[in-house]
Amino acid sequence: MTDLTHLIKQAQTDFANSASMNDLEIAKAKYLGKTGLLTDALKSLGKLSNEERPAAGAAINVVKQAIEAALAANREALLNAAQAKQLAQESIDVTLPARAQSQGGLHPVTLTLQRIEQLFHSIGFEVATGPEIETDFYNFTALNIPENHPARAMHDTFYIDEAHVLRTHTSPVQVRYMENALKTHQTPPLKIIAPGRVYRVDSDATHSPMFHQVEGLWVDEDISFANLKGVVQDFLQKFFERDDLTVRFRPSFFPFTEPSAEMDMSWNGGWLEIGGCGMVHPEVFKHVNIDSEKYRGFAFGLGVERLTMLRYGVNDLRHFFNNDLRFLSQFK
Amino acid sequence: MQFSENWLRSLVNTDLNSQALSHALTMAGLEVEDMQPVAAPFTHVVVAKILAVEKHPDADRLQVCSVDVGLAQPIQIVCGAANARAGLIAPCALVGAELPGISIKQAKVRGVESFGMMCSSKELGISAEATGLMELASDAVIGQTIREYLDLDDHLLTLKLTPNRSDCLSLMGIARDVAAITGATTNFAAIAAVPSQIPDAKKVLVHEPLACPRYCGRLITGINAIAPTPAWMVKRLERSGLRSISAVVDVTNYVLLALGQPMHAFDAGKLNGDIAIRFAKQHEALILLNEQNIALKTDDLVIADSTGAVALAGIMGGKPSAVDVDTSDIFLESAFFAPGVIAGKARRLGLSTDSSYRFERGVDFANTRQALEYATLLIQQICGGLVGQVTEFVADLPARHVVKLRLSRLISVLGIPMPQARVEQILTQLGFSYTLVDAVFTVLAPSYRFDIAIEEDLIEEIARLYGYDHIPATAPMATMTMLDAPETTRHQSKLSDTLVANGYQELVNYSFVDESWERDLLGNASPIKLKNPIASNLSVMRTSLWGGLLDSLVYNLNRKQDRAFLFEIGATYLQQAHTYAETTRIAGLAHGSAMPEQWAADAKEVDFYQIKAHVDMLLGDGHQAKQLSYVQAEHPALHPGQTARIFLEGVAIGWLGKLHPKWQQHYNLNKNTFLFELEINALIKRQLPGYQEVSKFLPVRRDLAVVLDENIAVDKVLAAIKQAKIPLILEVALFDIYQGQGIAENKKSLALSVLMHDTQKTLMDSDADAVIANLLELLENNFAAILRN
Repeated sequence: MTDLTHLIKQAQTDFANSASMNDLEIAKAKYLGKTGLLTDALKSLGKLSNEERPAAGAAINVVKQAIEAALAANREALLNAAQAKQLAQESIDVTLPARAQSQGGLHPVTLTLQRIEQLFHSIGFEVATGPEIETDFYNFTALNIPENHPARAMHDTFYIDEAHVLRTHTSPVQVRYMENALKTHQTPPLKIIAPGRVYRVDSDATHSPMFHQVEGLWVDEDISFANLKGVVQDFLQKFFERDDLTVRFRPSFFPFTEPSAEMDMSWNGGWLEIGGCGMVHPEVFKHVNIDSEKYRGFAFGLGVERLTMLRYGVNDLRHFFNNDLRFLSQFK
Repeated sequence: MQFSENWLRSLVNTDLNSQALSHALTMAGLEVEDMQPVAAPFTHVVVAKILAVEKHPDADRLQVCSVDVGLAQPIQIVCGAANARAGLIAPCALVGAELPGISIKQAKVRGVESFGMMCSSKELGISAEATGLMELASDAVIGQTIREYLDLDDHLLTLKLTPNRSDCLSLMGIARDVAAITGATTNFAAIAAVPSQIPDAKKVLVHEPLACPRYCGRLITGINAIAPTPAWMVKRLERSGLRSISAVVDVTNYVLLALGQPMHAFDAGKLNGDIAIRFAKQHEALILLNEQNIALKTDDLVIADSTGAVALAGIMGGKPSAVDVDTSDIFLESAFFAPGVIAGKARRLGLSTDSSYRFERGVDFANTRQALEYATLLIQQICGGLVGQVTEFVADLPARHVVKLRLSRLISVLGIPMPQARVEQILTQLGFSYTLVDAVFTVLAPSYRFDIAIEEDLIEEIARLYGYDHIPATAPMATMTMLDAPETTRHQSKLSDTLVANGYQELVNYSFVDESWERDLLGNASPIKLKNPIASNLSVMRTSLWGGLLDSLVYNLNRKQDRAFLFEIGATYLQQAHTYAETTRIAGLAHGSAMPEQWAADAKEVDFYQIKAHVDMLLGDGHQAKQLSYVQAEHPALHPGQTARIFLEGVAIGWLGKLHPKWQQHYNLNKNTFLFELEINALIKRQLPGYQEVSKFLPVRRDLAVVLDENIAVDKVLAAIKQAKIPLILEVALFDIYQGQGIAENKKSLALSVLMHDTQKTLMDSDADAVIANLLELLENNFAAILRN
């Protein structure tokens, strides 16, 4: 029996020289195929004597195993190479811009309204709404502004008909809310904010015929003017994220609150007017059947555009209603 | 209200400087809206007299003046003013003077020495324009500083008074409040009655004592109507924003400013018979002083003589009985008209006069006679004449009821400790009289305060004088309970966020729109109209948000944007039988390319199904269990073949569609534009998720294709399948639509995937076959659909 160990080296060389799986298969056939060198050797075992056969068989097997190992190793190497090639081909420029959908955005006034709502919600205020086409009664009379009261002249009112106006403030919502609360047997404490659009016949660089207000109302047994100042100051500090902001109250007049105040906020060394407020007037409580001996309340109205302008440094009110995308897209 | 600071200071002894005084007024509720110096801050300017003028030897337009400035010797000044002449008294800036923009130095003007400058009012910063030197009165004291002579160290203060403070519509009232605020004393000169010199009096009949509870009148005869108003009065009037007109009119205006009492002077020679105060008669007319010819209404209070109305009470006098240069006898009126009678009447005529403004807010009825005496005194001083007797009528004047103030209530409303003594002090400073028993004040307000009727009025007054500034900001103590958090309602911001995530920018448009948008774009012939729109293109209330979105689109396209995804949330308004309905809607507009221009996506315009996906997202998962349908429909704004009306549970909740080509052309749009609009209320409701058993056994999927008539809406097919609730079917989805080769004309093929499961056992082929047979039977019966081979 000839020694076959030289075939190992030969097969290893042939396998290593196979550039593809196909070449490797051809090389494999040369040794392990039906007419391969090893197959022939195995076939020839039959010609040997019983005494010779085991040793010769074992010797062939050793060679066969070595060749099969070489084959497996080369097969894996070829697979790895093929995969590496494919991965290289699939490589992309990850720095290219993404397949982009455009990014929309909310109106800055909405951002402010959401912030106001969030802050007041955190101390238990609910959001209440009311109609924008409001009756003369709710917009004025129920707020202690009777017909011919000089305070009506302070509101440049849009009229729809004899009995309806575009609401000039969000204050009617307080009345509607209190009225409704009592109808549904809900008793104070009542805590609401009423955000929304309001309307005045006024249009110039600093006045828009439509703008937004947020009305706040807190009715409880033991609520005070000092608390009003406390809540407003807390709100402004949180809204502007500035602990050093202070609020100044100035005596003022609104028929539906008493005492009434204008609210000023400290800003860059001066004072800025940001809204009106006061303790709910007993006449208003009377309209909604709340006992003003037992309960007190405060109410305030904030100008939303004003807060937005200060928050984001917008210098022209008119931007809010021009709807220029170059302006609006800045608030993402 | 505008006035001179110095006039105010003459009435109240305060040592606050101008800034501090202004701050004190503002912080006490009398907001100083504006404070302006009456002149620039110059020095070294004196009253001077030109003694002689000579022509400048080397300049035609210049004169060399010898000027008396109050020194031992006249000084020489070269002057170019045309009105420079010998004898002229004018301001002269001496060497060393600092005028606005000029320093006066000794100089040679074209070779001639000049030791100062003669001044115009503009150069002194007194007026914006001037021609020539400022000419001063002949009695001016030569050498006196001009600041002193013209009282230029003064400010014009403008107060923004709230309607409740009618007591501060006069210098006396403001001085009184300054005294109350600061504790200073006042300087009010006593007004003495002017004794009558002649027995003449006019008979006054007050027919309406409720409307006119007090009326004082007096004749003054033989006056000089053209007597000049004294300079001090002219100055105070001017610094209050009033022009000098004639002595009599000036006096009435002056008394109004000084005391807050509106006055009127009639030419007595033009009055006939007795004076009556009554409501106007039907068809009565009057020509007012401003020449407005008005038809009086029967609730207009008038002053009348025997021929008819001669003045609109408390608002304006009549032209025919007005004082003029020929007047010799006057009838002077000082009255108190009830605020409720005057309120609104001037506004009805488009007027607001100084008189009506005060009467409708409340005039001090205790001062009516005093004002008449003061006016009489001034008129006699200026115009001479003989004073007649006062005719006075007094009925029931407004009562000043006592108001109780509980110290405990005061403390709890304000939320601060307040010593009783402090309240007493404040009430005293305010001039309120009171008694005090067991920490309860019983307060009586003076006649000039029309705003003290209830306890809160007093609480406000105490707080005002205590200083709002001294009230601390304290956090409320409250019982804490959690707020409701209904899970079946989505917050509106979820909807906005959905659109924002899909590239839409939120807008805010006006709620009033152009009537043509409503009529033409939305087919609404009767929108809600504003009676007083701010502009004709903002005259009706919108019923849809689309007009604003389209308008904003055009605005932005004109600014070089070529793609816009826009949305708005807002109310829409609909006229109903006797009321107005408001519905909050969310509307979107998509114009231009489906995606922003980029390397990674093909340029493709937006189409119906892209925007429909956004609408579906708004409707949200919570609606899956509900019945939602898109129904082919028509809308004046939309393309008739690409319009869907959206129904939820059978109720129409909105629209989706492509802008009609005629509108695309109208707005000059060259790319696809889609619009949608939905009712917010329908969108924010959702169902609470409910658990359904998850099968342990694997689902089975079968695909099938059916052929049916091409006009059958796919939505209907899917809805029918859903509604049939065929057992074991989990989901049926459309995955292809095909028309063309192999499919008959006017037919289409729908490829459906059917997902089935059984929660109890593994599904057998025979079970699945049965389900598909059921499904096919349903489709055949309802839509004549047949299985495609």
